[in-house]
Amino acid sequence: MITGYGPIQRTVRLWLPVLFFLFVALLPFYWMAITSIKPNSELYSLRANPLWVHAPTLKHYVDLLSTTSFLTWTWNTMLVAVISTAISLVLGIMLAYPLARINFPGAGLLAIGVAAIYLVPQPLLFIPLADVINRLDLGNTLTSVILTYPTMLVPFCAWLLLGYFKTVPMELEEAARIDGASRLQTMRRIFLPLCTPGFISAGIFAFTLAQNEFLYALIFLTKTSVRTVPVGVISELIKGDVFYWGQLMAAALLGSVPVAIIYSFFVEYYVAGLTSGAVKG
Amino acid sequence: MVIRSEAFAGAAVRPRQPFSLKSWADRGTVFSWLMMAPPILFIVAFVGYPFFYGIFLSMENRPVAQAGTFVGLANFIKEAHDPVFWQVVQNTFVYTGVATVLKMVGGLGLALAMNQSFRFKNIIRAMLLLPFIVPTVLSTVAFMWMLDPAFSVVNRVLVSLGVPKPGPSWLGNPILAMISIILINTWRGLPFYGITLLAGLQTVPTELYEAATIDGASGWQRFRYVTLPILQPIILIVTLFSVIFTFADFQLVYVLTHGGPQNATALFATYAFDIGMGSGQLGLGAAVALAMLPALALLIVVITLYLRRKNA
Repeated sequence: MITGYGPIQRTVRLWLPVLFFLFVALLPFYWMAITSIKPNSELYSLRANPLWVHAPTLKHYVDLLSTTSFLTWTWNTMLVAVISTAISLVLGIMLAYPLARINFPGAGLLAIGVAAIYLVPQPLLFIPLADVINRLDLGNTLTSVILTYPTMLVPFCAWLLLGYFKTVPMELEEAARIDGASRLQTMRRIFLPLCTPGFISAGIFAFTLAQNEFLYALIFLTKTSVRTVPVGVISELIKGDVFYWGQLMAAALLGSVPVAIIYSFFVEYYVAGLTSGAVKG
Repeated sequence: MVIRSEAFAGAAVRPRQPFSLKSWADRGTVFSWLMMAPPILFIVAFVGYPFFYGIFLSMENRPVAQAGTFVGLANFIKEAHDPVFWQVVQNTFVYTGVATVLKMVGGLGLALAMNQSFRFKNIIRAMLLLPFIVPTVLSTVAFMWMLDPAFSVVNRVLVSLGVPKPGPSWLGNPILAMISIILINTWRGLPFYGITLLAGLQTVPTELYEAATIDGASGWQRFRYVTLPILQPIILIVTLFSVIFTFADFQLVYVLTHGGPQNATALFATYAFDIGMGSGQLGLGAAVALAMLPALALLIVVITLYLRRKNA
């Protein structure tokens, strides 16, 4: 593209703002990383340069993995995120397909209902839900969060997929119907295979939302063995007024890595989902 | 059998097919409802029921693990006489309002800066989105450490720039604590605005800018009269989404300040949590959470009406 600007103007208009935003966005991650490899003597010294590390150590990581249940929490988080994402995708498809493809009375109203339910935030529901989970005797089980995460993920997946489904042309399905395929066959054999990109977008989003969830996990999971990473870090690595910052930052970094890696593989799908205008901010 | 059916063949104008479950289930409306039944039942059980049960709870005096007694609107009246509750209302509106404006302006700036062609654009865009995808609790813990008054980066830099030691107590001072949670919420939500608006900017046809330039429009005029009107619907929808989830925010404040100091940063969600889960008064806690409903319901209605108009 010919911009018609000289190098100075380009620096001012482009690189200064872009690098500023990049610096602000990444500073906390740099700070996590540098803190996690600093020995305590440097961490709590007012003489050492805070922005750099002089004698890097992996002690905080070793301590985190050997003296806390961090690995168990990571496993729990993954398990819960994968299962609740899978459930939500399946239920989301079942909800979105008829709304997007079949003209039946009430479809428009239901689609609006899905959007409205998607916008109901968790804090409105957590107290009654806590009581429900208690009565079902599900406290301190991973089932409690696997059951409750889809309450936010199903409407979300359905809403995102509804938009996606509407962009797929109808001709193939019409042809299949004329050839005598049932609606179920048309949906499974013809339609769904066309929508893989939509499923990846919705899935990757649901997965990051499930990894990020904190409120339900905080209330339902009070035993070390069933906790997820965010709740474990907040409840067990912060002990009273004493902060083990090295260990905490190691945990924050390690807890962020799986999401960041999965995200980096699917960035384009993620951005596509984001810009479809169906996302929580 | 063969003879009978032949005998009747002429009489039947339209031979009626025998009822079959298969073809019944293939009718559009029936198929739709059968397909949607599992997700709808799930939502009714785990969203619909808790919602109405929450309204019922808010009218009960309900200590945890005990039977409740119906008290009517007593919880809401108690709430209205609770100065902390009104502090919470004010905090939530200040937090939501300021953070939303910052995210909107910053996000627009980010989108405009990124809407140029340059190298590594996709990698930079991916990195800029990181604050939005990393679990909020974990990034908030990092900020908690950055704001540590004695040993961490913010105050060490400030002191080296001449601010008197030991530097401000970011989370200990009511006003500074509010500023801190607003800025961290902005840090997390700004990329969402930026990247969404960037996608909107890319839909603006270049011909419009060329035409405006030929007509003698300045850079500011092109932005004001070409870019902004086209972005307006996206800005509106992103803002409404963002307002809802900032208004009902929980994690950031719970982790960073726990509502303190002296309730200066308590929001609806954290206050409801403290009362419902901390003190075990489920009824009163549910009432505090429900106090969010009027504002939320208004926003949700606005968004859904808007989406319906757009989709229609």
